[in-house]
Amino acid sequence: MAYLEINRLTKSFHGNRVLDRIDISLEKGTFLSLLGPSGCGKTTTMRMVAGFESQDEGTISIGGQSIDSLPPYKRNIGMVFQSYALFPHMSVAQNVAYGLEQQRLSRGDIRKEVANALEMVQLTGYEQRKPKQLSGGQQQRVALARALVTKPSLLLLDESLSALDKNLRSAMQIELRMIQKEIGITTIFVTHDQEEAMTLSDCIAVMRAGRIEQIGSPHEVYERPANTFVAGFVGQSNFLKGALEEVGEGRARLVLGNGNSLFVPFTATGSAYPQGTETILSVRPEKIRLTRDTSAQTGMKGTIKFITYVGSTFTYLVEALGQELKVQRQNDSNDHSFRQGEDVWLAWNAEHQTLLAE
Amino acid sequence: MDRKIWLMSPAVFLLLCFCVVPLFIMVYYSFLSDGTGGHWTVQNYMDFFQKDIYLKLTWKTVKMSFYVTVISLLISYPMAYVMVSIIQGGKNMLLMAIIIPFWTSQLVRAYSWQNLLRDGGLLEIGLRKLHLIGSGPLGLMFTSTAVIIAMVHIFFPYMVITIYMSLEKVDGALVEASKSLKAGPLTTFRRIVLPLSKPGIISGCILVFVPSLGVFVEPRILGGTQGTVIGTVIEDQFFEIYGWNFGAAVSFILLAIILLSMAVLSRFAKEEA
Repeated sequence: MAYLEINRLTKSFHGNRVLDRIDISLEKGTFLSLLGPSGCGKTTTMRMVAGFESQDEGTISIGGQSIDSLPPYKRNIGMVFQSYALFPHMSVAQNVAYGLEQQRLSRGDIRKEVANALEMVQLTGYEQRKPKQLSGGQQQRVALARALVTKPSLLLLDESLSALDKNLRSAMQIELRMIQKEIGITTIFVTHDQEEAMTLSDCIAVMRAGRIEQIGSPHEVYERPANTFVAGFVGQSNFLKGALEEVGEGRARLVLGNGNSLFVPFTATGSAYPQGTETILSVRPEKIRLTRDTSAQTGMKGTIKFITYVGSTFTYLVEALGQELKVQRQNDSNDHSFRQGEDVWLAWNAEHQTLLAE
Repeated sequence: MDRKIWLMSPAVFLLLCFCVVPLFIMVYYSFLSDGTGGHWTVQNYMDFFQKDIYLKLTWKTVKMSFYVTVISLLISYPMAYVMVSIIQGGKNMLLMAIIIPFWTSQLVRAYSWQNLLRDGGLLEIGLRKLHLIGSGPLGLMFTSTAVIIAMVHIFFPYMVITIYMSLEKVDGALVEASKSLKAGPLTTFRRIVLPLSKPGIISGCILVFVPSLGVFVEPRILGGTQGTVIGTVIEDQFFEIYGWNFGAAVSFILLAIILLSMAVLSRFAKEEA
């Protein structure tokens, strides 16, 4: 049995099913991100783990112990809130000491633990400040120190970085991950930012409409998305919907809905994809090669409609066979010599495409 | 200077004409020996401090206002707390229910209480029906208790509203943060909710205590012989005895007490902010 076990967690609000049989199991020390658009149930899931919401069905256990019947204050779970929720009438030191005081530690121990926690988040010397005298990043650190100082069995982070500006945010991401690894605490992080989830996590659960669409390592979720939602939400993707015909050695013909067809690279055995199998081919913008050579075995011909330059990369919007595809190239080659309106050949490798059922 | 400052002129004019000037006229009277004439004197103030009865009445008034404030607080806090945290819909209706009595004359309300509290009144009938009292008269009318009951009724809405507003500002995430830090509901209330609602409690106390000091309608109607307070002394001086000079002096002593109590309460509020 894993360290954190969430089984068939289900919840309805006023007849609306907001969570539908959520299953998660996490090994100790894992950093899990719950990723999804707003209203997907990620926050509700986390609030249930914290004990602020109760589930209709399902169970949650930590370290083999069920926590379903425990109120929040008996669950031994640390939480960093989206707004940080620092107590405004207390100093930094008092905020951090708050949880320790509930554990009835001696004054000396509390002072020592508070000092250690503030040192961990590099806020030594800020003990007597009030929260409103701190910057957003500093408030964030206090909230983290406050949540970790009681040595909880689980750490919950509720979109905790979203209020910070971009540079500070990536600095905090690294710091957060380093602290998390150092103390080895099992962590659940709620976010709608896929880049942040990719950066921080050992494991990502992509959620939509109360269900987990896919759960796996950032690599798995990105390279092998389970469906078009995951492929489109985690990073970007081009989708070609059609039927597979003429499945042969190394390639197959994909007949698109609009009647056009192209040869796509194909390595799977034909038996898994009988003639006429409906499929959605997904391929990432950065996996598509652009060439002027039109003699390739697979791929498609297209016309560059629009070019976006963002410094490190170029994004080409290409119209091909009545579809619009995004192609992204690093700004490191001669690729950018392509011009708007130019005809190009688009090609990709079999291992870079995913055939999806939905 | 910014020309917008002239936008304040109507209000400043009103304040000067109808507040500051009359106040100075009253100060002037309080130092005169006889009506609008006579000579300059501090005798009016001396009278107040030399006569035992006035000091006793002052103490009685302060004590009564204190009781009214404490009882209002004990009633208002739980009410505001429930309104903020438990009741989902109908908050506005409850607030309206609290505010509507404001639109009724204080006099009418005092007489209504007389009907409720008097011997043979509604309260007595009700209590007897419930077998909570014997057959004797209730004996509540014309006592300090009756005055305090009516005053609480009149002033506690100020307290409910100010406490409600300060409680509503307490971020729910703070309560959850406290619980996630192993604090039970009682500790969370004592260490988070209560301190953060303190500004509302203090302003509520000021809004109840200060007008209670100057009240005269309720003591007059419900207090009988027990109902003499500073407010009624002033009223008598102006309307019954025509001792304007002494009345004005007592008014300023009352004003001094009010300013002093506000200063004390405000300091209380600043302590931790």
